[in-house]
Amino acid sequence: MADDKDVLRDVWFGRIPTCFALYQDEVTEKEAEPFYLLLPRVSYLTLVTDKVKKHFLKAVKPEDVEEMWFEYEGTPLKWHYPIGVLFDLHALNTALPWSITVHFKNFPERDLLHCLSNSVIEAHFMSCIKEADALKHKSQVINDMQKKDHKQLWMGLQNDKFDQFWAMNRKLMEYPTEEGGFRYIPFRIYQTMSDRPFIQKLFRPASPEGHTHTLGDLLKEMYPAAIAHDGDAKKYQVLIQGIEPLLETPLQWLSEHLSHPDNFLHVCILPVPTD
Amino acid sequence: MPVSLLWAVDVRGRVYRLSTGGQQWEQCHDTKLEFKRVTAATQCCWGIACDHNIYLNVHASDLSIRYQEETYENQRWNPVDGFSERLLPSDRWQWSDVAGLVHQPLDSFDLPSSGWEWEADWYADENFEAEPTEKGGWTYAMDFPATYTKDKKWNSCVRRRRWLRYRRYKARDSWAKVGGQGDISCGGWEISEEPRGRLSLWAVSLQGKVWYREGIQHHNPEGSSWTEVPVPGEVVQISCGPGELVWAVLWEGQLVVREGIGRDCPSGTAWTVVDSPSTVGATGVAVGVNVVWAVTKDNKVWFRRGVNSHNPCGTGWIGMVGEMIMVNVGLNDQVWALGSAERGLYQRQGVTASELSGKAWRALNAHVGDPGHAPDPALDNAPLPPLAYLSDDAPPPNARSVPKVTSDSFISELLSDRPGAGGPSAAGLPAQEEDGQPGGPLWSNVDLEETQSHLSSVVTYSLALEEEPYGEDGPPMWAWVSGGGCAVDSHSQLNWFSGPGATGGGLNSVSFCPSLSPSVQLGQRSKREMENFKHYEQSVWVKKGTMQWWRDWKPHKWVDVRFALEQFSGPDGNKDGILFLYYNFNEEKKYLHAFVNEVTIFVPVLNDAKHTFAIYTAERTKQRWPIRLAASTELEMHDWLALLSVSCCDSRGIQGPPSKQAIWSVTCRGDIFVSEPSPALEALPYPTPCEQMFWRQVGGHLRLVEGNSVGVVWGIGYDHTAWVHTGGYGGGIFQGLASSTDNIHTQTDVKSVYIYENQRWNPVSGYTNRGLPTDRYMWSDASGLHECTKTHTTTPSPHWTWVSDWAVDYGVSEGTDREGWQYAADFPASYHGYKTLKDFVRRRRWARKCKLTTTGPWQEVPPIALSDVSILPCAAQSSVEVVPLWAISNKGDVLCRLGVTTLTPAGSSWLHVGTDQAFKSVSIGGASQVWAIARDGSVFFRGSVSTCNPAGECWYHIPSPPKQKLKQVSVGRTSICAVDENGNLWYRKDVTPSYPQGSSWEHISDNVRKVSVGPLDQVWIIADKVQGSHGLSCGTVCHRLGVQPLDPKGQSWDYGIGVRALAIPPTDPEGANGSAGGC
Repeated sequence: MADDKDVLRDVWFGRIPTCFALYQDEVTEKEAEPFYLLLPRVSYLTLVTDKVKKHFLKAVKPEDVEEMWFEYEGTPLKWHYPIGVLFDLHALNTALPWSITVHFKNFPERDLLHCLSNSVIEAHFMSCIKEADALKHKSQVINDMQKKDHKQLWMGLQNDKFDQFWAMNRKLMEYPTEEGGFRYIPFRIYQTMSDRPFIQKLFRPASPEGHTHTLGDLLKEMYPAAIAHDGDAKKYQVLIQGIEPLLETPLQWLSEHLSHPDNFLHVCILPVPTD
Repeated sequence: MPVSLLWAVDVRGRVYRLSTGGQQWEQCHDTKLEFKRVTAATQCCWGIACDHNIYLNVHASDLSIRYQEETYENQRWNPVDGFSERLLPSDRWQWSDVAGLVHQPLDSFDLPSSGWEWEADWYADENFEAEPTEKGGWTYAMDFPATYTKDKKWNSCVRRRRWLRYRRYKARDSWAKVGGQGDISCGGWEISEEPRGRLSLWAVSLQGKVWYREGIQHHNPEGSSWTEVPVPGEVVQISCGPGELVWAVLWEGQLVVREGIGRDCPSGTAWTVVDSPSTVGATGVAVGVNVVWAVTKDNKVWFRRGVNSHNPCGTGWIGMVGEMIMVNVGLNDQVWALGSAERGLYQRQGVTASELSGKAWRALNAHVGDPGHAPDPALDNAPLPPLAYLSDDAPPPNARSVPKVTSDSFISELLSDRPGAGGPSAAGLPAQEEDGQPGGPLWSNVDLEETQSHLSSVVTYSLALEEEPYGEDGPPMWAWVSGGGCAVDSHSQLNWFSGPGATGGGLNSVSFCPSLSPSVQLGQRSKREMENFKHYEQSVWVKKGTMQWWRDWKPHKWVDVRFALEQFSGPDGNKDGILFLYYNFNEEKKYLHAFVNEVTIFVPVLNDAKHTFAIYTAERTKQRWPIRLAASTELEMHDWLALLSVSCCDSRGIQGPPSKQAIWSVTCRGDIFVSEPSPALEALPYPTPCEQMFWRQVGGHLRLVEGNSVGVVWGIGYDHTAWVHTGGYGGGIFQGLASSTDNIHTQTDVKSVYIYENQRWNPVSGYTNRGLPTDRYMWSDASGLHECTKTHTTTPSPHWTWVSDWAVDYGVSEGTDREGWQYAADFPASYHGYKTLKDFVRRRRWARKCKLTTTGPWQEVPPIALSDVSILPCAAQSSVEVVPLWAISNKGDVLCRLGVTTLTPAGSSWLHVGTDQAFKSVSIGGASQVWAIARDGSVFFRGSVSTCNPAGECWYHIPSPPKQKLKQVSVGRTSICAVDENGNLWYRKDVTPSYPQGSSWEHISDNVRKVSVGPLDQVWIIADKVQGSHGLSCGTVCHRLGVQPLDPKGQSWDYGIGVRALAIPPTDPEGANGSAGGC
């Protein structure tokens, strides 16, 4: 399809306008101005907030500075989820910009992973890619790549280089023609209403009889409540990359085009706003 | 990857070739012969036909195989006749060889075989010691033998001249008969440094004797004679690797290893017996550079452990998985095998230098090309009528008999077994059983002789279990395979296996309501989330790291610094960045910064100890003092370089491929750079200064690059491979980053690393490795200042991998003795290749090859290796269709490329321009003026070159500048410049259209390494010893200022990029060509 590449670009260059503000109790020296930034949806919070840190450090007493973390309306934001997922899950139906509170103290050990350097993000990102390829190709593609190829995937994400990333990621999205798709679709389903972090199971892109599985088929299996039955009012929004794809969309296509750079299809299910 | 061929013989004796670029087996045409075995090298293939003769098939090439015959005509002066053929009785023959010892009249020269033809008649050579004699080639002396001069003097009593005639090898791409044998194997092309073409050919006769073919080399592909090599038993099969390894299988099942093979003794000295891997005895062996494989009678495959150049016998056998009837080791120690069950062809997967035994067998499923399906004339004419026996209704009388067959008497075995469907055959039946074969014609040319030589029952096997008769449509059944000409390695991408398909499928199968398609939804999302927030700052990407910096103040040394690149996008979407370098000066924190858009080049610099690169800005170029940084690893340096370069291009808005007018250069590290010429580059009177030119890197690795202004760009690698620019950009460290997706190909290059072994003489023990305390290291680099041992010397970078072992290098320019030593009175001094009484020290050079695999917008132009190339530097917008391109092969042949256009920059074929000697430099300029320099320093002008006559007519020998030997020449529109071996730049005076040879050489400048004259007569050079703020610098790109139509020599130099003298010069541009409109 001619516009498939545009889809990839749109996914990659999605940005969320964000307003960072320092947590009130931590302001000591002087009033810190809020900091405005366009956050890339496919990146990670801790990877793109160097400037935020620099900006607020000026307003905080050096002895009070611990690891920086972010919170939105009382929920600590897990940096190891892609930014787009955090936004869709927590703030999709609120007014923009997205207001994030910045903390330098009282790191919520129970909720968040530490992230003291970019190498932690890199390790997390690469392990996701490897897990995804284990599902897609029994790890064959990722294992055939050289160290520098792995590096290229990471560098592409870190430096926001679409072409660099996709030159390599393309290989991860290939599959034998005769099989018609990946072995299993790497996906994660997130919900706000549950304590479970996410749903992740084995699911093939097509049924044994050869029928193409769609997004609807996936939800039927994993989260039947998300599908509105005829006549019922829609109760849940099913979001991927901030959009609600039709349930008839083939899962394989979604996996190839709407996955995050970590090669997972991140699906957010939230209740339809009541107002 | 160069295209090369895998050779195989099927059970019907037909020879097939499979190209590494193709997917189909292609039958070797022309042959009415049926073959039993083949053994391939890169440039040829030897085969044994069913008539037991050895045939040679030399691949066709644009470069003819020429051999120069020479003889000398001698004359003596007498007062009556002047110089005449009447010589004194004590003199040499009137026609003799150079020493005068052999009588060689012109008619005594015969063609060595029917494969040769004479190129033209005899003629006298006019060239004498790089100067034209202009006197019919006569050289004069007082008497034989003496020193000859080209001028006749009062005391010149004798004279002589050289006559030349060339013969050419014409039997190419066809099978030429060489002699009769039973098994063959060729190899040994790496034993000496001779140019490609020298081979060791080993053969086994039907009686089990071993023969060595003498004298095979490039000029004599058939070799000259057979020499018998005594063996301890009857040999059934032999295998010869590219290096010194030769193994053979004895009739009894043991193996023998040839020892003592070396440069001076390519056929070795003695055999050592090695036991068979198992009790059943070996039937086949295959060797590579450092690897030995064997198969035994039970079809098991074995790998020999511990084989290396010091221990050709190895230490023990390891059984491998799989049942094979034969194995063959090809180039890069890749292994090919025939499966025992279905006679399918397998490649061993995962064979690398570190894991020579590989991982698994993988079946080739390339199809047989069309010629194989068509009725085969060869078969119709064949002495045996095999088709008759393939039909079920005509079983041969002895259908159920089980032949005892050697591994190559496959045809008989097939034919006899086929209709019978008998049970498994038993081994070891008496050899006489075949004597009563009624099918005389069926067997005659295959098996009877085998029987006589008692070679039967080595391999027994039955095809009876196969269900389907062998037919034309079935998968080919192979009898023999040879990978000796097939340059693949474990990373090669081949289309020979059923591979994974491409990404398929889109959303085509689903019809969407257009407004709900994902792309529309994404567009809406972007609008919703981003439209009102464009003024927000884009994220800033910061990359930080630690590096070492060659600090600005004295004493200069490497200091640890923190390094950061901040990239940001401006409101208008332009990306920009700043580099920060944080350092401490007198306990005080300081920083240095550079705006990315002011940087003119990021260039990796050769440095043995560190991974260094230099950052230039215009100001720093003027000072000749760049920011020099060292990263802790090569990978880290590449990450940084890629990021910095892309950031730099972003900030300057440069993207996409280089323009057609781009100026190309390579550094002495092999990195390729390209600069876009600004219109003002040649503007008068104030051209853009060189230091403001921005250079960006392109992937790939080259020793030399040449371009012209219509976008034809050629390069030559360190291994002399020719490459043509595909029009793409990126690759290498930019793969995927700022890189086109197509037009980027794998590129490899091979170069040698050299170390020196030094010894000093003492009266007690002679030459030993115990030097004086003041001496250099006994293992050192060329300068002797650094210790370089065999074990601790590493490849130039981790991207280079060793591909050979350390070997003595005999190819040193001053010459060596038989063991590679050069002698001198003391270190460091001038060395000579023989020992005298005054010599107290000696050294010899060891070389080890390493290989780089990278990617870049380059495509190989096979198969001829080049040493120089020149392209007509057309002025921009010229309508020239075919672009003249001349080159010198690495053997010194002068070549003219046909069919080069902007659409097909690689051209179509080479036209060989005959010369009497090897050449080293060529250049073509405006009005098709071609100038060339021979290896002995002679300068030639090629006459009558034009579009209709691209190769021209004849050579005019031009006298060199007095007492100088030229080494490189460059021709512009009308200007001709040349550089001599002492670094002087010369300008050819008085060149006019009517007299293109010019009149004399005029000196312009010294300390010049290389010159390039552009299409508008712009002169660019690589200069040495350029004064900078901190000292002299070498390898600086300079531009001649003040070049005007009335003053083509110009006024002065403008200096561009280049690094201080202590660093090895980074830049060495070759093909400069501008597109200015000024003149």
